Amino acid sequence: MEQNYKIAQHCVIENNKVFLNGVEEFSSADEQFPDFIKAAYKIFKSNYPKFFKMDNLSKLSFLAVDLILKELDLNEEDNDIAVVFANKSASLDTDVKYQSSIANKGEYFPSPAVFVYTLPNICVGEISIKHHLKSENAFFVFDAFNAEFMYNYAVNLLESKKTDKVLCGWVEFFEENYKAVVYLVQNNGTLEHNIKTINTIYNK
Amino acid sequence: MQKEVYITQTNCITPLGLDSFSNYNAVLEGQSGIQLHKSNLMQEPFYASIISNEVIDVAFSKISESKEFTKLEKMFILALEPMVSKEDITSKTAFILSTTKGNIEALANTDNTIEDAQLGTLAKKVSAFFGFKTQPIIVSNACVSGVLAIAIAKRMIQTGLYDDAYVVAGDAISEFVLSGFNSFQAMSSEPCKPYDKERTGVTLGEATAAVYITSNQNKVNKESFKVIGDGAVNDANHISGPSRTGEGLFRSINSALKEANLEANKIDYISAHGTATMYNDEMEAIAFNRHGLQNVPVNSLKGYYGHTLGASGLLETVLSIESANNNKLIVSKGYTNCGVTQPINIISETKQHEIKYFLKTASGFGGCNTAVLFEKMN
Repeated sequence: MEQNYKIAQHCVIENNKVFLNGVEEFSSADEQFPDFIKAAYKIFKSNYPKFFKMDNLSKLSFLAVDLILKELDLNEEDNDIAVVFANKSASLDTDVKYQSSIANKGEYFPSPAVFVYTLPNICVGEISIKHHLKSENAFFVFDAFNAEFMYNYAVNLLESKKTDKVLCGWVEFFEENYKAVVYLVQNNGTLEHNIKTINTIYNK
Repeated sequence: MQKEVYITQTNCITPLGLDSFSNYNAVLEGQSGIQLHKSNLMQEPFYASIISNEVIDVAFSKISESKEFTKLEKMFILALEPMVSKEDITSKTAFILSTTKGNIEALANTDNTIEDAQLGTLAKKVSAFFGFKTQPIIVSNACVSGVLAIAIAKRMIQTGLYDDAYVVAGDAISEFVLSGFNSFQAMSSEPCKPYDKERTGVTLGEATAAVYITSNQNKVNKESFKVIGDGAVNDANHISGPSRTGEGLFRSINSALKEANLEANKIDYISAHGTATMYNDEMEAIAFNRHGLQNVPVNSLKGYYGHTLGASGLLETVLSIESANNNKLIVSKGYTNCGVTQPINIISETKQHEIKYFLKTASGFGGCNTAVLFEKMN
């Protein structure tokens, strides 16, 4: 018997604005993404020096998740919260940067610190390390946000007792275009976990 | 009670052959796709398992005259083509494509647009070739992608959203990936030697593999395998190295055993990841020992195919199915002396061995791990 799950928290970051549970918490109109996300990181006191070595996709995902998980009383060593993320451009934003480091034989400087971010699931790894999420994870690529898939995959993880909370997210970053929509699915919360609610949060 | 899900067909495209059976025979004979290459992909000569363009072009020309496909796309299509029957594609048939880098070499040519490098573009082209009716599901989760795709197919069929799934996994050799692994100093200067004392790192390879997964019991045949449990748990430890304690892999195996309601001592064979890096192989040995699996015959197939990234987990599952159907263990090529601190039972000679249950595992960058358990149906 399928149980009804709830969306406990949600965070949206786009157009240089940060929304937590529908309320605008921060905005910074005229800045490029790197300055905007740094300002947001400072305002929300995320206090995690590794943030500064991350690529754009990881910074974006990290901050959205950090805001949600700050609201929870997390264990210091081990938390069972699954992470299921998706986007359109995978890691192409960093792929293009890495490609430029090998494009010219005269200036051939491939860097392992850049190469490691040429996988989209690295952002899930960063989040898992920060919050000690030794839990189910997967990264998908779709042409456009797919609420039906995310809904069903999250319900399957919960029904099969592989986890008892799921952080679902659309975390897209390519050049100047970005959007993060992350929400936490669990047993209790204010919003119903269904495809309509998920689309409403995404399209806000 | 969750729906039962089966793998009823397999295929693969590698330097050792263009179907599962010829690949299985080639590895039994000890053949390897790994060769020394001198090309403009790297400044120095390098070992890799690469399929010749001519072989792919000749095979592809037998099924299509189209010139619009990249080598990798042709390899995806060739892997799927013998399995896909048009009448089986319904509005509830999933198409799942696993890859880490897709057509990444498109970035090297300034005539291309960014669309040419998008994974979605690649998936759409392959999907359109066969006429799949559902939106492609792309799994891009580093080196576990290929085996994770099996777990995802099973899970999504169990939700009721799909009845069946065509799963295909692949990656190609590119300057992008070669230079990246080289920058990590993770590349072996000789063909890779998983679990061996003298191992010095990864050899890269390219391949595609495909399986058909269904909940329809009428399609189950004597060579089918049931997917009985899976887990994909993160280490939460490091983005470019595995956990020293094998925590994520240990938990992934645990999750798969729990779901399958199977005792670890029932496992007859393990198809491990075995990349031949110092840390990966050591981590796997620790995780297997923590489950008491140190006496179960285990191999890595990287000595035959190199590390085929997003293809590897699915390719190795396809070969393991052949191995299990023949009750014959495949030698872990490249292994001579034990180079891990915890004992494991590396397969060093081809021999008959009854295989009812087998475990496939993989681990990758980002701290990801996956374990899937299979049960033979005959």
